[in-house]
Amino acid sequence: MSAASLLQTRGLQKHFPLRAGVLRRTQAWVRAVDDVSLDVKPGETLGIVGESGCGKSTLARLILRLVEPDAGSIWFDGEDVLRVLPSRLKRLRRDMQLVFQDPYASLNPRLTIEDAVAFSLLVHGARRADARDKTRALLGRVGLDPHLYGRRYPHELSGGQRQRVNIARALVLDPKLLVLDEPVSALDKSVQAQVLNLLLELKADRALTYVFISHDLNVIEYVSDRVLVMYLGQVVESGTADALAEASKHPYTQALFASAPSMDPDRRMERPPITGDPPNPINPPSGCRFRTRCAFAMPQCAEAVPPAVAVAAGHHVACYLYGEATGGALPPR
Amino acid sequence: MSVIALPQSPSTVAGAPMSYWRTVAWRLSQDRATLVAGTLLLLIALSALAAPWIAPHDPSAGAIRLRLAPVGTPSHVLGTDEQGRDMLSRLLWGGRMTLIAGLTPVVVAFVVGTVLGVIAGYAGGLMNTLIMRTMDIFYAFPAVLLAIAVSGALGPGLLNTLISLSIVFVPRVVRVAESATVQVKGLEYVAAAKASGASVWQILRHHLLANILGPVLVFASTQVSLSIILAAGLSFLGLGVTPPAAEWGLMLNTLRQSIYVNAVVPALPGLAIFVTSMAFNLVSDGLRDAMEIRT
Repeated sequence: MSAASLLQTRGLQKHFPLRAGVLRRTQAWVRAVDDVSLDVKPGETLGIVGESGCGKSTLARLILRLVEPDAGSIWFDGEDVLRVLPSRLKRLRRDMQLVFQDPYASLNPRLTIEDAVAFSLLVHGARRADARDKTRALLGRVGLDPHLYGRRYPHELSGGQRQRVNIARALVLDPKLLVLDEPVSALDKSVQAQVLNLLLELKADRALTYVFISHDLNVIEYVSDRVLVMYLGQVVESGTADALAEASKHPYTQALFASAPSMDPDRRMERPPITGDPPNPINPPSGCRFRTRCAFAMPQCAEAVPPAVAVAAGHHVACYLYGEATGGALPPR
Repeated sequence: MSVIALPQSPSTVAGAPMSYWRTVAWRLSQDRATLVAGTLLLLIALSALAAPWIAPHDPSAGAIRLRLAPVGTPSHVLGTDEQGRDMLSRLLWGGRMTLIAGLTPVVVAFVVGTVLGVIAGYAGGLMNTLIMRTMDIFYAFPAVLLAIAVSGALGPGLLNTLISLSIVFVPRVVRVAESATVQVKGLEYVAAAKASGASVWQILRHHLLANILGPVLVFASTQVSLSIILAAGLSFLGLGVTPPAAEWGLMLNTLRQSIYVNAVVPALPGLAIFVTSMAFNLVSDGLRDAMEIRT
C-alpha cells in the first residue's frame, strides 16, 4: 500500500448470481466487476467512464461496501475496509460518502430536506440542535436557502435542487472521499453545469477527493484529473485526462472519444467507430473482452486477458497492441 | 381520479408545508363521502360502546307473549325477536360483539403481518422463503373455508373466532408488507442511509416503516368489512359467538325461521351488517385516495 493513496483497490471482483427455476439454483454469473485495481490520491478527481452496464455503479457500491466483493481488497486511508470491525466501519463511513444518480429515488419522500440531511449526523450521535445548525449552514452552501427549503419535502423540489440536497447529505459528515455515481446524468444540460461547478467549488473549499463516475466523456474530461476507462467490468485504460484526450491508446477508448459529440468540428466523426452493443456480461468473450468489436483483434486476444502495460508515465493500457510482445505498433487514430 | 378532486396540498396557501400525515388528514376532511361514512361509523361504534346505558331493555330477557312484535310496537321500537327479546337492545349489544369480532383480527393482522412482512422483505434469502412459503400455505385456502376449519377445530366462542379470523388475515397483510418492503429496500435513500452508517433498526424505523405503513394500513382497512362479514358468518353457522349473547350474525341465524311470520324484523341484523361493512369500505376508499399523494 503506497502511502500516497487515499483509496486503493486491488483485484476487486463482484459476480452476481443469476438464479432461475423453482429451486432458485444459480444458472449463471453476471461478471459485473472483474479484477479492478485503482488508486486515488488525496485531492484528485478520478473519473471512471464506460458504457452502461460496464460495472461502474457496482464498483461505486463496492468501494463504499454497500455490496460485498467476492475477491480483492479495498484500502482507505491506510485501513483495510473489508477487514475492519463493524464499529470501526461505522466511523470509516463518515469519511467516504456517495452521491447517487437518481435524484428521485435517493430522497426519502417522508423526510423533510432538513431531516434527510441531518439524519446522518444523528446516526453518528450528534445533538439535535447541532445537527440542525450544521444542516442549515450546509444547505445554504449548496445553494438552497434553508429557511425556504429546509422544511419542504422532496416532491416539492426540482431534480437539480434534489441533487443539491443529495450533495449536502453526502457532505454533512465531512467526508474525505466522495464517490459520485452519475451525479448529473439525470439533469438538464444547464442544470448539469451548475451542479458540476458547485461540485468543483466544494472540492476546492473542503479539500475533497472525488471518484466521479459517468458515461458522459465531456463531463469526465471537465472534472477529472485522471481517467479510468471500463469495459465489461474491466479496466482497459487509465491515465491523466489530458493524456487520454490527446493520445488514447486502447481501441475502445479511441472509439469512445471518437463517438462523443463534440463542439469542435475537427473532432467530429464521419462514421461510427464501433457498432453494436457490448457483449452480455453473463458470458463475456474469452481473453480481451473488447475483441469482438475491435478492428485490430488478433488471435492472441482470444487467449488471455491482456495485462496492463505502461505506455507513458502514469498511462496504462490493457491491450496486446502495446508493450514488448508486439513491439508497440500503434493503431492509426 | 381523486387527484383532480382533491388539491395536492394546501401548503401553497398556508405558506409552511405540512407533514405527510397532516396533509392526508386535511385531504380526508375535504372528502364529503368519506366524512359521511366516517360519521356513520363513529355513531355505530359509540352506540355499541354505550349499549349498557342506552339499550331500553335487557337484551337477553324474553317475553313469551310478545314474540316477533312488528317494528313500531310501543316500548319495542324495532320489534322483538322469536323469543320476545327487544330487537333494538339486541342490535346495540350485538354491535359490540360484531365490531370486536370484525376489528380485532384486522388489528392483530396489521401488527403481526407488518412485522413478519418487514422481516421477510428486509432479511430476504432463507428467512424470506421460510416466512413467505408458510404464509402461502394459509393463503392457499379460501378465506371462508379456512375460518370455518380453524373455528371448527378450536370450537365455538368469541376468542376462537378472533384467533381463526386473525389466521385468515395475517398472510394477506404479510404479502402486502413484504412486497412494499422489498420495493423500498431497493431505493437509493436506503443505500444512502446504510452508507452513512445507520443501523438496521434506524433504517427500518426512519426510512422503511415510514414509507410502507401507509399502503399496508389502507390494505388492512379494506379487510375490515370482510372480517365483519366473516365473523357474522361464523356466528351464523354456530361457530362464533354462542347464544344467548347477541351478535348480528347469530341473530340472523336464530331469526331466519321467522322470516315468513315477520319479514322485516329478521332483516334488521342483516341491514346492520350491510351498513357497517359498507361504511368501512367507503372510509378505506377515502383513506386510499387521500394517501395517494405524489412523492
